[in-house]
Amino acid sequence: MSEANGSAPRATQPEPAWAGEEPLVFELSTDYSDGPRTVAAGVADAKPLDALLPKSALRTSTTYVPAVPEPVLARHVGRMARRNHHLHHGIYPLGSCTMKYNPAVDEQLAGLDGFASLHPYQPDEDAQGALEVMWELERMLCSLTGMARMSLQPAAGAHGEWTGLRMIQAYHAAHGDTQRTRVLIPDSAHGTNPASAALTGMDVVTVKSNHDGTVDVEDFKAHLDSSVAAIMLTNPNTLGVFEKDILEIARAAHDAGALLYYDGANLNALVGVARPGDMGFDVVHLNLHKTFSTPHGGGGPGSGPVGVAPSLVEFLPVPTVEKRDGRFVLDHEHPRSIGKVRSYYGNFGMLVRAYAYIRAYGDTLPQVAHDAVLNARYLQARLAPLFPMAVDMPCLHEFVATTRGSRVAGLRATDVAKRLIDYGVYPPTVYFPTTVPEAMMFEPTETESKQSLDDLADICAAIVGEAERDLHFVRSAPHNAPVERVDEVRAARHPHLRWRPDD
Amino acid sequence: MAYLPNTDAERRSMLDAVGASRIEDLFSSVPAQLLGPQLDLPPALSEQELVADLERLAARNRPLSAWESFLGAGVYRRFIPAIVRATISRPEFYTAYTPYQAEASQGTLQTIFEFQSMICALTGMDVSNASLYDGATAAAEALMLAVTQTGRHRVAVSAAIHPEALGVIRTYAGGRNVQVDVIAHRDGVTPLDAVRAALTEEHAGLIVAQPTFFGALEDLAPLAEAAHAVGALAVASVDPIACSVLVPPGDAGFDVAVGDGQPLGIPASYGGPHVGFIASSDALVRRLPGRLVGMTLDHHGRRAYTLTLQAREQHIRREKATSNICTNHALMALAATIYMAKMGAGGMRAVAEVSAQRAHVLAERLAALPGFSVAFDAPFLWEFTLRVPGDAAALATAMRERGIVAGLPLGGVDASLSNALLVCCTEMTSPASIDHYVEAARELAARPQEARA
Repeated sequence: MSEANGSAPRATQPEPAWAGEEPLVFELSTDYSDGPRTVAAGVADAKPLDALLPKSALRTSTTYVPAVPEPVLARHVGRMARRNHHLHHGIYPLGSCTMKYNPAVDEQLAGLDGFASLHPYQPDEDAQGALEVMWELERMLCSLTGMARMSLQPAAGAHGEWTGLRMIQAYHAAHGDTQRTRVLIPDSAHGTNPASAALTGMDVVTVKSNHDGTVDVEDFKAHLDSSVAAIMLTNPNTLGVFEKDILEIARAAHDAGALLYYDGANLNALVGVARPGDMGFDVVHLNLHKTFSTPHGGGGPGSGPVGVAPSLVEFLPVPTVEKRDGRFVLDHEHPRSIGKVRSYYGNFGMLVRAYAYIRAYGDTLPQVAHDAVLNARYLQARLAPLFPMAVDMPCLHEFVATTRGSRVAGLRATDVAKRLIDYGVYPPTVYFPTTVPEAMMFEPTETESKQSLDDLADICAAIVGEAERDLHFVRSAPHNAPVERVDEVRAARHPHLRWRPDD
Repeated sequence: MAYLPNTDAERRSMLDAVGASRIEDLFSSVPAQLLGPQLDLPPALSEQELVADLERLAARNRPLSAWESFLGAGVYRRFIPAIVRATISRPEFYTAYTPYQAEASQGTLQTIFEFQSMICALTGMDVSNASLYDGATAAAEALMLAVTQTGRHRVAVSAAIHPEALGVIRTYAGGRNVQVDVIAHRDGVTPLDAVRAALTEEHAGLIVAQPTFFGALEDLAPLAEAAHAVGALAVASVDPIACSVLVPPGDAGFDVAVGDGQPLGIPASYGGPHVGFIASSDALVRRLPGRLVGMTLDHHGRRAYTLTLQAREQHIRREKATSNICTNHALMALAATIYMAKMGAGGMRAVAEVSAQRAHVLAERLAALPGFSVAFDAPFLWEFTLRVPGDAAALATAMRERGIVAGLPLGGVDASLSNALLVCCTEMTSPASIDHYVEAARELAARPQEARA
């Protein structure tokens, strides 16, 4: 952790070992033809490729992928690894992303050969263990959400949203309700919600939210008519506030013939404590990489199972996993299914991890939500003297603070974010939700200790103090990272998206 | 508690600090009738019990490693160099998230830049994104890109692309009133005359696969020309390792290349996670779905990387975004990147050649048996469609009794191929298992009643 201060001229300080440039893999080798030793064919009469295939089919251009000697590659990997913040290094309070600790054992279990070497087109009799994991996981997730059935096929949260909306389209079509083409979405919603709705071909209607991010019920009701297919909500909302009128909203939506969609991005606040199904939601997606601790992988793979109420079960993607006479089978015979949403059965490796995670907690899982909320509330209380809160009420699992109105005029959310990097802390989500100026969304998760939260609060206090003394210093952070502030404008104006041989 | 660090004493002091007397107070904003649902969850397990439970479940599977396997069909058993797993098992990579804060994520960003560059090199395209979910959704995204780019609402799909991709394309197209016209395959490839007859100026794009699902090789360039002749985009779904030896889609004039990166160092894992890729011509870069990493400078003038052209994306553009994708498959893209860097183009060509050599020898030896033949005349690489005497599913079952997974019976994909198997060899297919396959097939051919049972 750095105690850098603004007065020391940085040129006099040696740079940390990871600073500066790391060569590209293309600069480490120009071997485009040989590569490592591989096996020989070992069969009689093996002919070279140009004897097996017509010349016209064969590649003539150079494939500029260099083979890098393993010792060189290993060091390249090691140096790039040091240039990443990660969960084993420090707190990662990236709001809305639920960056909780990923259990080490889950990595080991997903890698078991019985899972990793299983081919998706092997007969069901070869995959009984895998199908049992999926069947049991589906039931545990249904129990936790209050839904009737669930598809484990979607590969990510946004993919689950789109899958759920496709089922809602199918539901209305099956009821002859073809005029229902609009989806109501609060202006504070995650960007994936309107993007997923647009991808289904439906029209997005943005509904204004109250200052605490909750739905303006009167405005909402005014939008409800026979053209509305669905309402997409996340609960608690993106400001970490529970939708207090949820039961009334559900009633009004259903009275108008619309369905209620639950974006499960924020389920960590409520897992095991309250269920979207009981709130009246008809379709629910989960992010296994958030609530159920599967690793985020630097941007995936995630997993976005979708659960449905009984009236939508027949529209689930194929295949489903069924248990018949004590055996597990993949069932493709669902004539009203929306079809396939990705190849095979989903991100199975992520399903193993989520299954293991839930079994580790078992019926004590509600403690996850308890501690997630307690940690967020505690951090909110610690930060309240430093930063105004977007809403003046206690949060659930996350909260949004703002630099607007803090002790230092001109201090921006991005400045705090970049300076946090110097202290070995990954920044909170900034500038989201867009309804809050200079927003900083903190979500500590339940796997941070009180000590870790105290450290973060102390660091934030130190940064505000630094800004009071020398705003420029904070505004030019980071000073203790592999690179200084990155020029994103230049990246967008002059897109340089790949290495070329003439670079 | 499984993964919770705080003690009850710490919880107590935190509750005091926030002015709550008990945990339940923290949830006072939730209507009481919703709280405390009855959960049907089993008791918690110790780590030892958890490992035992999952090992029991894994042991109930009979994975490909337990067989002499000739099953491919889009998911390939290739040798994975140890450095691949060693890299993606590092917490610096697997516990991080989307590199929103560039300065704290240079490692992830640079690996994605390298992935993008390698996918471009393999496919011969100008620009690649950071990854998509899988080959099937990549194919669907590519056609939706074509729909947006052209403003047209029909797409033409070769019946010789992967059936999973065709299924996903139908689901993506369904909601948006995009008509999907499937062009029947002939001899395992897409007939050029049928393509020319099917394509109209209402078509946004054409997608074909190389190799096709049936293992056969398309003559790519005329297919791209046929699409361009009606103003449609030409999309190719390609195997990345095949690109190291075959004319890549970029060289054949295609506008978009997609595919599944699973062969690049990623285990079968019952179908996922794998990784999709999408690469295009420069002209389409602002239509690409998902993340893009660009090289730029930091304020000190040093090379640095950042997410860029984000005005395409959902978190900025919401309903006007090019796609809804947010979380993609970065860690699998990293696996593919390390695989490619370890193997290089030369290593990938070597495994492609060995795979093809073994497949051709197997095909030749099988075709010499009575009742067996290679179904199609088109050239193939490491996978081929084998006509067998009688029902292919029955033959596969009989082969299983001899410890051999003989391939994929194709009747479920194309009813006219119920007497055909899709057979694959890779560098993991031992020469001995090729002998076993041929012997078993010879035996079963001599006793057709068993194969037809």
